[in-house]
Amino acid sequence: MAHDTEIGGISGKFPATQWSAVRAARSHDPGEQRRALETIIAAYWKPIYKYIRIRWGKPVEDAKDLTQEFFARLIEKEYLADFDPSKARLRTFLRVCADHFVANEAKAANRLKRGGGAQHISLDFPLAESELTRANVSLTAAASPQRIDDFLETEFLRSLFGLAVEELRMFCESHGKKTHFRLFELYDLEDGGPQRPSYADLAAQFKVAVTDVTNYLAFARREFRRIALSKLREMTASEEEFRREARALLGVESE
Amino acid sequence: MNWLSDEAISRLQAASALPDFAGTRYRLVERVGSGGMGVVYLGEDTVLRRRVALKILDFPDASGELAARLLREAHILARLEHPGIVPVHDAGTLADGRVFYAMKFVEGRRLDHLDAGKDTLFDRLRIFQRICDTVAFAHARGVLHRDLKPENVMVGSFGEVLVMDWGVAKILGSNPENHSAGPRDENAAPAGDPSLAATLETAHGAVLGTIGYMSPEQARGEIENLDARSDVFSMGAILQYLLMNLVVIPARPLSAIARKAMATDREGRYISAIAMGQDIACYLDGRPVSAYPENTLRKIARWAFRYRVAIVLVLTYLVVRALLLLWFRR
Repeated sequence: MAHDTEIGGISGKFPATQWSAVRAARSHDPGEQRRALETIIAAYWKPIYKYIRIRWGKPVEDAKDLTQEFFARLIEKEYLADFDPSKARLRTFLRVCADHFVANEAKAANRLKRGGGAQHISLDFPLAESELTRANVSLTAAASPQRIDDFLETEFLRSLFGLAVEELRMFCESHGKKTHFRLFELYDLEDGGPQRPSYADLAAQFKVAVTDVTNYLAFARREFRRIALSKLREMTASEEEFRREARALLGVESE
Repeated sequence: MNWLSDEAISRLQAASALPDFAGTRYRLVERVGSGGMGVVYLGEDTVLRRRVALKILDFPDASGELAARLLREAHILARLEHPGIVPVHDAGTLADGRVFYAMKFVEGRRLDHLDAGKDTLFDRLRIFQRICDTVAFAHARGVLHRDLKPENVMVGSFGEVLVMDWGVAKILGSNPENHSAGPRDENAAPAGDPSLAATLETAHGAVLGTIGYMSPEQARGEIENLDARSDVFSMGAILQYLLMNLVVIPARPLSAIARKAMATDREGRYISAIAMGQDIACYLDGRPVSAYPENTLRKIARWAFRYRVAIVLVLTYLVVRALLLLWFRR
């Protein structure tokens, strides 16, 4: 399955743990900074695109241009140098930056110039747009102040899990565990409603024992958790923030 | 990349949250609650076929600090073999990297869920005495609980009283000024034990505990000044809690015991949990309570109450005797 963007760190080129894209984005090493920004953009471009579509009610083409330019400026203008992890979460910071950016763009009304000279980032907008359609999001309802934060949070989680699932797929393929991933995909990822297959159905379909289905799914879920947490770690600046986010987003621990 | 529906996201969140017991002797049954450092699940020990409580550090911990703390809690519990402290059966690391320990599954209710109508003052004081015994035992082994509160006490179905959640416990040092911890047990946790002493390494200024139940010195983060009297303060707050919502108004000596235990200046508190428990025993036996000075009138009243049955019998005898004398003189 092709990646929906050419950028981003899904190939395991970064260490799985401890590495923080948020910290590295402020590095003085251009290579390190570039890789960090790619990681952040890979996780955030879809939530930000959808946010601009919903919160600002922008038409598809305008939202595409704004998203492109927002991330181009994120790279060029070093927005992240102003980010203080002790004061806000990264997605809150990016949302505020996006709001300022879109508002300023509207004031300047220089749409024709937008994108001129800025570096081009390859982003799969039709896919993001089809996701919005599939989610059947009511633009008016989701744009309400009460729901927009939840919307952005869910979209970030969707993006993060999407990257983790993709990395899990690659991991399983490279380790000869395609059946593990396929079972995970059928049982945990696909919407079957009442027709959702049982372990026995899957065992019959793949010609394995039911206990194998249990074990394969346990393996895939364990690896998914590991990858998702390593992705989340990349998006946080400190251990404390990481734990907080893990609780809030992944539901690990509560109360 | 496949689009993930909200339903799929919920399933993935659940998959991320549930601990993976593959390769262990335990089977997950259900989540029953959460403590200071982790989540507690009801599990089944598939080898011994018994139910166990599984406490798991349920959030990622790259530094290993929290995992080490959870294991230290298990080590502390393993050393504190007492009927009032839940026994630990096992400890280890799951395949997904989460640290856990297995302990006896206690069925019952928390002290903060006492029934105001059913649990009499006498019942509550008996429970409190058991808490005093357990805390005194821990102090004798050189361990401070530091988070005593009604939520951390379980009353079992058969009347057993268990002090739970030793996650922020502190091992007392070898400082001779810690005399107030009471007599140290020969099996006490050695102050120099590196596997346990790390629990001591709570930085000055770090506040662990629960507001309303922690002593003033604990609330100020004066870690090095904590001793048994800090736990005594918390026990005073528990006693005060137990004296609330009663059908009868608690007697003054009991309120005085709670006040003494919660004295702002720790020099004014009971020197140990044993001393506090002894005062409760004195109250229950109708003997004078050290926290409540008595004048002559109060002494007589307490004496009369203590021997009320004998007094009633004697008075009844005298009245009947007098009536009989009058009857026969007629």
